[in-house]
Amino acid sequence: MLSVEQFLTLAAILFSIGLYGALTKRNIIIVLVSIELMLNAVNINLLTFARYGLMPAISGQVFTLFAMTIAAAEVAVGLAILIALYRNRNTSDVRDQDLMKW
Amino acid sequence: MVEYAWLIPLFPLVAYLLLFVLGRRAQEGIVTAISVLASLASFAIALMILSDVNANGPQEPFAFHWLTIGGVTLSMGFEVTSLNAMMLAVVTFVATLVLLFSKGYMHGDKRYPVFYQYLNLFIFSMLGLVISPNLLQVYMFWELVGLCSFLLVGFWYYKPEAAAAAKKAFIVTRIGDVGLFIGIILLFVATGTFEYTGIFEAIQAKNFAIDWISPESLITLVAILIFIGAIGKSAQFPLHNWLPDAMEGPTPVSALIHAATMVAAGVYLVARAFPIFEASPDALMVVAVIGGITAIFAALIGLTQNDIKRVVAYSTVSQLGYMVMALGVSAYTAGVFHLMTHAFFKALLFLAAGSVIHAVHHNQDIRTMGGLWKKMPITGWTFLIGALALSGIPPFAGFWSKDEILLGAYASGNMTLFVLAVLAAFCTAFYIFRVFFMTFTGSFRGEKEVFDHAHENGSVMTIPLVLLAIMATVTGLLNSPLTNHAFEHFLNKAGEVGQIHTPEVWLMGLSTVVALLGIGLAYLMYKKGSIKPESVAGAVRPLYNLSLNKFYIDEIYHFVIVKPFVGIGHLLNFIDRWIVDGIVHLFGQGTFVGSLGLKYSQNGQVQTYGLITLLGTVILIGSAMLVIGGVR
Repeated sequence: MLSVEQFLTLAAILFSIGLYGALTKRNIIIVLVSIELMLNAVNINLLTFARYGLMPAISGQVFTLFAMTIAAAEVAVGLAILIALYRNRNTSDVRDQDLMKW
Repeated sequence: MVEYAWLIPLFPLVAYLLLFVLGRRAQEGIVTAISVLASLASFAIALMILSDVNANGPQEPFAFHWLTIGGVTLSMGFEVTSLNAMMLAVVTFVATLVLLFSKGYMHGDKRYPVFYQYLNLFIFSMLGLVISPNLLQVYMFWELVGLCSFLLVGFWYYKPEAAAAAKKAFIVTRIGDVGLFIGIILLFVATGTFEYTGIFEAIQAKNFAIDWISPESLITLVAILIFIGAIGKSAQFPLHNWLPDAMEGPTPVSALIHAATMVAAGVYLVARAFPIFEASPDALMVVAVIGGITAIFAALIGLTQNDIKRVVAYSTVSQLGYMVMALGVSAYTAGVFHLMTHAFFKALLFLAAGSVIHAVHHNQDIRTMGGLWKKMPITGWTFLIGALALSGIPPFAGFWSKDEILLGAYASGNMTLFVLAVLAAFCTAFYIFRVFFMTFTGSFRGEKEVFDHAHENGSVMTIPLVLLAIMATVTGLLNSPLTNHAFEHFLNKAGEVGQIHTPEVWLMGLSTVVALLGIGLAYLMYKKGSIKPESVAGAVRPLYNLSLNKFYIDEIYHFVIVKPFVGIGHLLNFIDRWIVDGIVHLFGQGTFVGSLGLKYSQNGQVQTYGLITLLGTVILIGSAMLVIGGVR
């Protein structure tokens, strides 16, 4: 039987990896993937508390399903934007996407 | 009849509103008709009220509740006393004639209807002031009168001198108004009422106190403060200098300001509030001295002025000085009587001067006039009558009233004042006949073309002159021994005010001789030429210059008052612009400059933003942990 701490540690590790990737990777696709990783880490947290929390309830799992659905839609939109960006600027490097400044 | 007195100011107000609605393009004829009819209606009612008061005596004031503030009830209303019944008749009479005269004088002016609007408002304000039973109401109309004089003096505002004169008239009289306002407030604090009757009763009952000042000093203070208001309005020394400058306005306005409205307001107020002054011998002394100084001072300036209207203006200042002096020496009847006779002959002189000015194409310099008698005999005759009345030659109006003032000054025992008044009478006769001889006799000294075009003006201008000339001749008889001092009995119906003296024949003789001497000297200098004016001026050059430059009063004020105030203004402007605004701008500019630097932190790198957000979150959570003391 796995304990709550182990689930939460796993989620924390996954979230940290995702955060690291989102902040450091140069390839825009990897950044997107890292963001998905962070989302899923959060999902694990939600499920953990839904099952082992102080007040276990089904709503945590429902939330997770919603989050996954939204994440899928988000990835679809995100990828579309990435393709558009690539077509326009001919690069997939995050550092080159710096038009939103003074 | 007296209960309809409120109609008197109402008619000019209605005329004003009507003209206002008709607008700037109204026909000249319609505008004049409305104004003159309204004024005539007021005059008719004023006459009926005058005869009513003469028959039945004055009545209690009519008042209605206006508003209550805390425990204080303020009321509005109107009153009719002997004094203001007389004033109402004089004001409406002069106003009607001025309105009629303006039709000729202002003919063709682009803002003709506006001129009549202002005139009507002016007349309304003055009538409202006269009819007010309490000081608060007086003050409101007092300010309205000031406003109207500002509008009318500056009527030709595109002339810089007129605009400056209007500003000067407004600001200088405001100085007096402040004094009056403080006086009214003090009276209210001391007695709890604004009503004349209530205030007079309180003073009589010595029920009159404020804790920080003794009752005697308080009453002197209040009287002097009210008198300061009158100094401003009635152009007494040292606030006299606005009145001659006000000559920049159209001449009918000058006639109205000098005869019936505005300057009469100050003397009227002192006369109406006379019981306050009577209660304080010190205040009366101040009034008398200021009046005496003004009378001689303005007369001396009048000797050398070359602008026909300015000479007449200085004569007004001088005559107002007489009135004030009369009130100051408790010769109440004499002062009020002179106010009345002066209204007629001064309106006459101004309108006659206006007629001359109109005939010579709005030139006012008497050095370029002369020989106009043949060209405009009616104006000449009426001006002569006005001049004789002003000089105090029997049987003209000015003689009787001026003689009474001299008598009052003599009876007061203050010989300095008496001598000053006699001297001023001499100067008055001299300067007004100087103007007369230089304008109407000899040969024309201006351009020949102007002289050829000069002619008597139409009947709208001559009829007022003739009517005023008649009044200037006969009104003096109202208070002469010939009519058994009818005016005096009328004025003192509600109880005797001030002191009344029996006429002295030798004094009448003296004042006549003095006036004749003045006229004779003017005749020798400006008609016969046996004494050269230039040689006289040369003999007393410093004095001559002093008089010609109006004793340098304007210059002194410029350096002593205007300059320091302009300096303070510059200083305050500096503080406001650089210190107050500076602080505000500092914040604005600081933010702006700071942003200029900070904008470079916006590099568009989304990962940098993310990192900083992360750091911020860590710091926030870390500090929160520290505060609550770790995880629990």
